[in-house]
Amino acid sequence: MSDPVVVKPPGGTGPAGAPRGAAANTPAPPPEAPIPPQTEVEPKSPHVRPGDRIFKGLATGSGVFIVALIGAIGVFLLVQAIPSLALDNVNFLFSREWSTGDVGNMRFGILDLFLVTVVSAAFALIIAMPIALGIALFLTQYAPRRLARPFAYVIDLLAAVPSIIFGLWGLFVLGPVLTPIGEWLISSLGFIPLFAKGNVSIALGGTIFTAGIVLAVMILPIITAVSREVFDRTPGPHVEGAIALGATKWEVVRTTVLPFGKAGYVSASMLGLGRALGETIALTIILSATGSSFGWSLFDGGATFASKIALAAPEFNDPRSAGAYIAAGLVLFVLTFVVNAIARSIVAGRKEYE
Amino acid sequence: MKIQRHGATLGLIAAGALLLTACGSDNNAPAGATGGASAPASAEQVDCTGKAKLNAEGSSAQKTAIESFVQVYQQKCKGADLAYNASGSGAGVKQFNAAQVDFGGSDSPLSKDKGEVDAAATRCQSNPAWNIPLVFGPVAISYKLDGVTDLTVSGEVAAKIFNGTVKKWNDPAIAALNSSAKLPDKDITVVYRSDESGTTDNFQKYLTAASKGAWTQGDGKAFKGGLGEGKEKSAGVAQAVASVDGAVTYVEWSFAQDNKLSVAKIDNGGGAVELTPETVGKAIDGAKIKGEGNDLVLDLNSIYASTAAGTYPLILATYEIVCSKGYDADTAKAVKAFLTVAATDGQAGLSDAGYAPLPKAFQDKILTAIKAIA
Repeated sequence: MSDPVVVKPPGGTGPAGAPRGAAANTPAPPPEAPIPPQTEVEPKSPHVRPGDRIFKGLATGSGVFIVALIGAIGVFLLVQAIPSLALDNVNFLFSREWSTGDVGNMRFGILDLFLVTVVSAAFALIIAMPIALGIALFLTQYAPRRLARPFAYVIDLLAAVPSIIFGLWGLFVLGPVLTPIGEWLISSLGFIPLFAKGNVSIALGGTIFTAGIVLAVMILPIITAVSREVFDRTPGPHVEGAIALGATKWEVVRTTVLPFGKAGYVSASMLGLGRALGETIALTIILSATGSSFGWSLFDGGATFASKIALAAPEFNDPRSAGAYIAAGLVLFVLTFVVNAIARSIVAGRKEYE
Repeated sequence: MKIQRHGATLGLIAAGALLLTACGSDNNAPAGATGGASAPASAEQVDCTGKAKLNAEGSSAQKTAIESFVQVYQQKCKGADLAYNASGSGAGVKQFNAAQVDFGGSDSPLSKDKGEVDAAATRCQSNPAWNIPLVFGPVAISYKLDGVTDLTVSGEVAAKIFNGTVKKWNDPAIAALNSSAKLPDKDITVVYRSDESGTTDNFQKYLTAASKGAWTQGDGKAFKGGLGEGKEKSAGVAQAVASVDGAVTYVEWSFAQDNKLSVAKIDNGGGAVELTPETVGKAIDGAKIKGEGNDLVLDLNSIYASTAAGTYPLILATYEIVCSKGYDADTAKAVKAFLTVAATDGQAGLSDAGYAPLPKAFQDKILTAIKAIA
């Protein structure tokens, strides 16, 4: 659209081939007069206009507010959890039991919840990361501009699908489709613990395998969107330099785009991981609960922190048993913090290295 | 250019929304028709001059019943309405005691140990609250087993299936009760509710009372069998059983019917009894009341452990929790009007919704209590 040929300066300063830079230069002389008073004002700069002050106040206030909010959430979780933790009759961190119905003898530990949460989210990330990388590279490097735009919209649209839709899709559509694949994996790779026969029936599809694939689809748009933005910002001179040295398309991507975008890609993946760890409704619908403990198989059932809380929340009628679930929520809260901290340190480390 | 494109997307979304809402109302229509169609004229006088909008909250097990009551209530009392928020029994009791709702729905009566009785008395201006068992939902032991549509279990066998003592469908314990059925040599897949629910609680109470000691796990809102596979809500367990051969669960009758599951007969010592509104009604009639006066708290063991012939013992009783006194005049009138309609004309639509209508003698007890609300 911004083809220089179309630009026709109305005054007709430079008729043929005059670049826009030249046109901008012509009105330059008049402002020369007011400049001296401006330089005189500069020493008096301590005077701040009310607009500045208000804006600074609002911005600072927002910053303080969000920090206070997170602090308040942490405090709330702690205050609610501590009385229940005191009533816990087993080790909270290393027990696999979860029974809070009898408040006189509460036995709850988060080990299984923790493992199922981490394994399903990690499995989702392993599937989603390479696919998201491929999509982002395709959109920024390979796709014609005309196609890239609508493609990006479609991917972003995926992020707008409510998670309950993904849950129902996983339960009714994806689960049955995955059953024969799961049976094949169990029979041919069953000697690897990850693919061993799980503690729930494969026919119902309520496994970590199904859940992880649904989670992967759910976090795909976040990772893709952020990586795409980062790859798009690869400095032009880098790319041109690589091309000038005779690099092929793939070599350009490998030597300029990927090193430049690595930090952004990793932090995008961590954002996705954060969502996968906290996903609730889809997993509540898909995952089968089980009485036996997690045995490191993708074909196990179980519950994540978030889905366990969601399943019990409607019948919270005793603060002591509710507190047990809030304690589990506290662990999830800390877990997401740790994941984010790791992501930050990776990103920071890469930047120094670059 | 940009604006137009957005316009097109908006249009698409709007069209989609319309399509979805259209589907929604299609589903609702038949339920509405069955709710009020067969309601007979009531002999009870209903005073519709109370406040127009009632609020209630609680057990999700009675949600469908309350919805069908509301339809009849609106026909009887023009302009009256009741909003029922099915947020769970615990929430219902809490909101009632905090005076946020006019009455609460709960799967269990107010508990003295938890201080609910005292809290309710405070809410009712120092008058006792009453538990009125208005809605009874039969729970079906539902299964899917190729070639077997007629199966009988006893409380003892049911307990053994749900705690893993019996693992195969052709186990001698099951075969002894089903001499004519061809039971396959197949694993039993137990499906249970993964969310905490009153259905699970009542089922486990039944197993405790009727299994002659085979069920030692106790009761509670979480399933304690220690085996099987948990699915979310009644819809989830029913759908799961429907998709796996050899699966068995306990679920409200309506969900078993909707998913075309086979329902086991229960033999409590007086012969195999099929789940029908009549056999359930007989069980309700035989229930003993352990509450005082108009506080109709049921002695569930009198139902669950009953050996009387022709009674289906596995039922979920849900209560309406109301103030005996202490409402303002407008609210009291409306609460009485709604409960009266529910206990009389409202009963006609219950069978279609998967609940059991109240037998006459029991209905009289409930009406007496409702009349006594002041």
